[in-house]
Amino acid sequence: MADINKLDQMAMPRRPFSVLTQTGFTEMAAICFVLLYAPLVPLVVYSFNAGVSLAFWEGFSFRWYVAAWNNEMVMDVTIRSIYLAITAATIATCLATMAALGTTRTKPYRGLTSIYAMINQPLMVPEIVTAVALLILFASIKAATDYHGMAYLIIAHTAFCIPFAYLPIRARLEGMDLTLETAAADLYATRWLTFRRVTLPLVWPGILAGLMLAFVISLDDVVITQLVKSAGQNTLPTYMLGQLRRSITPEVNAISSVLLAVSVAMVTIIFFLNRKTKQRQTVQ
Amino acid sequence: MVNTAANSAELSLGTTLQGGASAEQTARKQEVRRSILLSTPALIVLFCAASGPLLIMAVYSFLSAGPYGGIVWKFSSDGWASVVMQRDIFDDTLSIADAHVTILWRSVRLSLLTTFTCFVFGFPTAYFIATRRPERRNLWLFLITIPFWTNLLIRTFAIMELIRNQGVVNTFLTSFGFVEEPIQMLFTDFAVMVGMTYVYLPLMVLPIYASMERLDFRLVEAGYDLYATRFKVLKRIIVPLAKPGIIAGSILVFIPALGAFVTPRILGGGKHMMLGNLIGLQFGQGRNWPLGAALSLTLLVLVMIALLYYVRSAGKSGGSHG
Amino acid sequence: MKWKLTAIATGLAFALSGGMAQAGGELNLFNWGNYTNPKLVEKFEKQTGIKIVITDYDDNDSALAKVKAGGHGFDMVVPSSNYVPIWIDEGLLLESRPDQMSNFKNLEARWQDTDWDPGRHYTVPWQWGSVGIMIDTAVYNGDINTSSIIFDPPPELVGKINVAPEMGDVMGTVLRYIGSEPCTNDKAMLKKARDVLLAAKPKWLSMEYGVIEKIAGGDLAASLYWNGASFRARLKNPNVHYGYPREGYSLWMDSVGILKDAKNVENAKTFMNFIMEPENAALISEFARYANGVKGSVKYMPEDMATATEVVIPKEFINSGHFVPPCPPDVQKIYTAIWTELQK
Repeated sequence: MADINKLDQMAMPRRPFSVLTQTGFTEMAAICFVLLYAPLVPLVVYSFNAGVSLAFWEGFSFRWYVAAWNNEMVMDVTIRSIYLAITAATIATCLATMAALGTTRTKPYRGLTSIYAMINQPLMVPEIVTAVALLILFASIKAATDYHGMAYLIIAHTAFCIPFAYLPIRARLEGMDLTLETAAADLYATRWLTFRRVTLPLVWPGILAGLMLAFVISLDDVVITQLVKSAGQNTLPTYMLGQLRRSITPEVNAISSVLLAVSVAMVTIIFFLNRKTKQRQTVQ
Repeated sequence: MVNTAANSAELSLGTTLQGGASAEQTARKQEVRRSILLSTPALIVLFCAASGPLLIMAVYSFLSAGPYGGIVWKFSSDGWASVVMQRDIFDDTLSIADAHVTILWRSVRLSLLTTFTCFVFGFPTAYFIATRRPERRNLWLFLITIPFWTNLLIRTFAIMELIRNQGVVNTFLTSFGFVEEPIQMLFTDFAVMVGMTYVYLPLMVLPIYASMERLDFRLVEAGYDLYATRFKVLKRIIVPLAKPGIIAGSILVFIPALGAFVTPRILGGGKHMMLGNLIGLQFGQGRNWPLGAALSLTLLVLVMIALLYYVRSAGKSGGSHG
Repeated sequence: MKWKLTAIATGLAFALSGGMAQAGGELNLFNWGNYTNPKLVEKFEKQTGIKIVITDYDDNDSALAKVKAGGHGFDMVVPSSNYVPIWIDEGLLLESRPDQMSNFKNLEARWQDTDWDPGRHYTVPWQWGSVGIMIDTAVYNGDINTSSIIFDPPPELVGKINVAPEMGDVMGTVLRYIGSEPCTNDKAMLKKARDVLLAAKPKWLSMEYGVIEKIAGGDLAASLYWNGASFRARLKNPNVHYGYPREGYSLWMDSVGILKDAKNVENAKTFMNFIMEPENAALISEFARYANGVKGSVKYMPEDMATATEVVIPKEFINSGHFVPPCPPDVQKIYTAIWTELQK
């Protein structure tokens, strides 16, 4: 596909504007980013509060970071939440990719609408309902097998993550043209090779978008986790819910700031890695 | 997809000896079979942990409420009847359950507003990201999602801290003299909408981006070359091509917003229930599981109808590409 | 591949939960979130070698639902007093006879026998408190010991009031306010209660938790809320006082019980006896700032708790406090209808 920036440079001199911009869009995007990060600034700032309040500044201190680090429960729940989110999001995205490939760009057949409905069904029911139903279902299994591991939470999270991963992938696929894949087939590529070398790279942005959505959704879930979890399986949101009832200290700010810092660090690392590979590629 | 292509290539290479129809039929059957096969793993997981349990709920909606929560295995249509009708507790008259209608209407209204606001902010943002240099796009994408790596409760609290009476916004407004008294923003419908928009924004941006990134900007350039205004290019070229993403994003925002529970609670102050809170109440202190089940199934059916109608009509105008 | 993942998941889960088999065994405590002092857990583990695994819940009804559904794996649970009779009725609690344990004599006399657990055959006090009026006296300095502040507020307070979204407590308080009783099935009284609530609601700002910050910060001026929270707010803003409605206010007591299908019954009984020691009860109290029910624990608690009005009920108001009982299902239905009407 033509590099749109190159296109822009090739623009005829008579055109007064770049093909890239729409009126006001860049401004809106800028506002959007600012508004997204704005609430986080007080969050991070107050994590360094020497006092116990989320609103009254009493001086600079690392005490909440120390407290969170020493608080075994906090470390435990954070690790568990992240582990759960990564596992559920990954599985959900794989399954959603397969399902999206199967259900998009085919001519409708009798079961297709039902499949589509079933895939999106977790979105349509309030979480408390799924939570109670899963409680009942899993309780009987737990009683019968005496297995109390993380599998229940993983399955439950994977299930409601699937529609969140599915929809961006589907949106991406719908906009893709078939000619490239047809061309590959004409060149006698096997279906798997076509998928790996043609389809997958083209769908990749959709898959990545779906993966990130699923991760975030799983990390946030509180209602279903509350009712499905077994003994000792507290997660970060359920821990914070407990804080809400009693008293919130800047400890939760400290935890969130750390999560933010970790994600920023990850992104920076990935970015630099990408640049390095690109540089190496251009050198070659 | 590819199989069909390969098969049609074969056909065109001269399988004219066979009846063309039956070859197409087999190809079609294979396609359908493969489509179902690919979807099966996802469907299995969903059946175990989403649709299957829903069947349990469907059964529960026809049972009687247990005295302290739970159900009693006795048939009763009370659950379904209470969805639309209520018996006045004091004079025993039957009437439409206006509490439910009010709550439903409030939820629909707020969710539509949230979806619209998310679209207004999300569409330009997705477009912006899609028009960055290819290497930079993932970076921007991550930048959009990073705030959401913090927890939902935390994000909601962060919004609350911003808009409360002694919060940042009001302090700014009062100290610079724009207003005399702090504006009561928290615990209003406005606060709930702001909160939900903030929470659901990436759900709108990411699908639109995924759809738009594939946009062939040569079409846009062609539009300009034909002396179209920017608005016309937007309306006639960009939006229709990004439509799958817009639909996906709207679904991902509107439907969860309908059943939202935590954000309306914290930012709305609990004085006004939304649908999620109403249903939650039935499984909590309300101790009326059959009603909770019936309410959520009603919601499910309504949403499903709207969704399928929307998708069918969008599908008709969509068409294939290439 | 799924099975491999499950195996890894299980392994990690075990690792995360700190391993199962230990010297003294294990105890699975199902408690409210942010309600167990880590120091208490440490002390218990050191003293007995039993490892405590805490799982949290934030709602009496979801705890009940979870245990009722079965297959839960918990040993002990900490329900509120108005739910204890339900737990006993449904046969979920073990009749562990704490009244026969060695430390039972340490309980204050008034808690050794209660309406909702006669003779204390099932549960041991964890913490107890009241639901009263939390008020910023800088905004209003009239009589604070009346629930008319909430249900018929003075003009300075209108629009700055919060009510804890606890249906049982609110209904109990409003029924006492109009001269009736909680869980009454007198329809005329219930109707009056509903009207009082609906009339008062426009004057309220919110019905939520997380009130401490707001009243200390000035968003709120009054709330119907728990005493411990009021205490904590006073530490931030000394103008915040706690009033006991003389018309009648609710008492609550969260109590620890052993589940009938518990796996570690002996460990659970050890823990029950353990928390009836004054020093250990004091540890529980210092964490969430509520009173426990054990004699002599006061000298181990932080000093400010010993004299605080929030913790020690002034003599003139002691008789106005009553525990809220669980209401029979038909009354509960009316409560829910009124509550839905109130919050729609």
